[in-house]
Amino acid sequence: MTYRSAGVAMLDSYRHPDPPKEPEVKLRLSGVGKDFVSHGQVAQRALVPLNLDVYDGEFLCIVGPSGCGKTTLLRILAGLETATSGTVEVCQNQGDRTGGRKAHARPGNSMVFQDQSLFPWMSVRDNVAFGLKARGFSRAERYRMVQPFIDKVHLSGFENALPHQLSGGMKQRVSIARAFANDPEILLMDEPFSALDEQTKIVLQGELIRIWEEDRKTVCYVTHSIDEAIVLADRILIMTARPGRIKEMIDLAPIFGRPRDVETVKSSAEYGKVFARVWGALRDEVAGAAAEGGKS
Amino acid sequence: MKHELAGRALPMAAFPRSVRLFNWERTLAILSPVLLLLAWELAVAVDQIDARFFPPPSRIFQTLAAMVASGEMASHLGISLQRVAIGFLLGAVPGVIIGLAMGLLPLVRAAISPLVDATYPIPKIALLPMFIMIFGIGEESKYAIIATSVIYLVLINTESGVRNLEKIYLDVGKNFHASRKMMFLDIALPGAMPMIVTGLKLGMGIALLVIVAAEFVGAKSGIGYLIWTSWQTFEVEKMYVGLLIMALLGFVSTILLNAFERFAVPWKAR
Repeated sequence: MTYRSAGVAMLDSYRHPDPPKEPEVKLRLSGVGKDFVSHGQVAQRALVPLNLDVYDGEFLCIVGPSGCGKTTLLRILAGLETATSGTVEVCQNQGDRTGGRKAHARPGNSMVFQDQSLFPWMSVRDNVAFGLKARGFSRAERYRMVQPFIDKVHLSGFENALPHQLSGGMKQRVSIARAFANDPEILLMDEPFSALDEQTKIVLQGELIRIWEEDRKTVCYVTHSIDEAIVLADRILIMTARPGRIKEMIDLAPIFGRPRDVETVKSSAEYGKVFARVWGALRDEVAGAAAEGGKS
Repeated sequence: MKHELAGRALPMAAFPRSVRLFNWERTLAILSPVLLLLAWELAVAVDQIDARFFPPPSRIFQTLAAMVASGEMASHLGISLQRVAIGFLLGAVPGVIIGLAMGLLPLVRAAISPLVDATYPIPKIALLPMFIMIFGIGEESKYAIIATSVIYLVLINTESGVRNLEKIYLDVGKNFHASRKMMFLDIALPGAMPMIVTGLKLGMGIALLVIVAAEFVGAKSGIGYLIWTSWQTFEVEKMYVGLLIMALLGFVSTILLNAFERFAVPWKAR
């Protein structure tokens, strides 16, 4: 993906100052910004042009006050919105499951959407296999390929169920399996658990960590929950209120190692400290966003 | 002790209303038309209404039986069913295809929707003389008038079904690089299916209306023709038989379309 480059005067940067053991950059954003334009004029600046490197195999969580442009950023990465400026580069890995067949090429990214993104007219199996069908795999091939992912999210036996027969948590499991089964270079997740109750959420966070740790794909995960970001992330990117820019980057990898589990993180002494640090960075932004929301 | 109290505190209300009233509702639903027919029969028997205009139900059913036995009914019913079925398909299939295209492709919508908007208000039966002029008095003009009546309702409903599709489904299609064919067949078509079925139901209602009107004036067979000629020759029993058959056709087509809905839209279970 290449975008027209706008002026770089206002570049807001985060390049890793001291990358441990030279991690490979998987996703590089250079000057990616977004303005909403109406009548030929910039009506609202959603995203200040930003630079960002996401490393191969990293779980990056993006948090920020509501309306800060974090979902816009993710949608730009997903190809669902075009950036006003800047470039997004994805490093393609060698050797995927497609056996070199060009038509079946591994996709750049796959997204786990917020709730209600499953096709209600397709069985669980067909929903999970949707990306593979788009890539041209035959029915037999894709059904064989998705079965391990259906098993991983504990939906064996529900292959032929329709989404309306499933609970909210089961639906999001299908959604996760759909993205993982597509074997993308990068996984994008847009608050996938935000509509779930607290207990289901904890269970699914644990399962997501477990499945993700098997092959450690690069993940960009947008959430409004500080708790969720701490539990899941290697690094947390904190964004300012609109127009969104990078406020702070918090590296959790040295604090909470891998493999990780939800209870250990939540019950640790560091959890409270990290929470205070993230909230400290966010507090003013949230207050600012609320004040602005009150004005308009 | 406690149990007894609870038992007394919850009399009939312990059963859901529908369960208690189920049999009564059923019985009344069957009883009321039967009572009406009985009243009719009696009123004729005691000369309270004119049997020339309102022959007693028993004679209407006798006439029906005679017409079935002689094969007259089969020929009228057969030709009307054929006209409705062929005309309906000729309208519904293109209606769905054009409606999907209009829903998904702005250029197609821009080209076609003014034509639809301009011609939709014409009562379709008004086009019958034009179709007879073009196709002659034969079957083609009947197929054409029914297809024309059906296509508008199916097309309009299909288009709005696609346009009211949750945007997230299109986002998922785009993010997973669905081809245009998959966008049509795997997302737009099933996503619009509830509205398509609504269009089909409305279209069938209109088709039954139009076939009778078309057979009144432009046919030598069919249920509409039967009703019209029976009146002209004052065979009033046969006229009522025709009306009875039309009611049955409407009833049966509703049952069939409801069954199709359960098959095609299983996720909208009622």
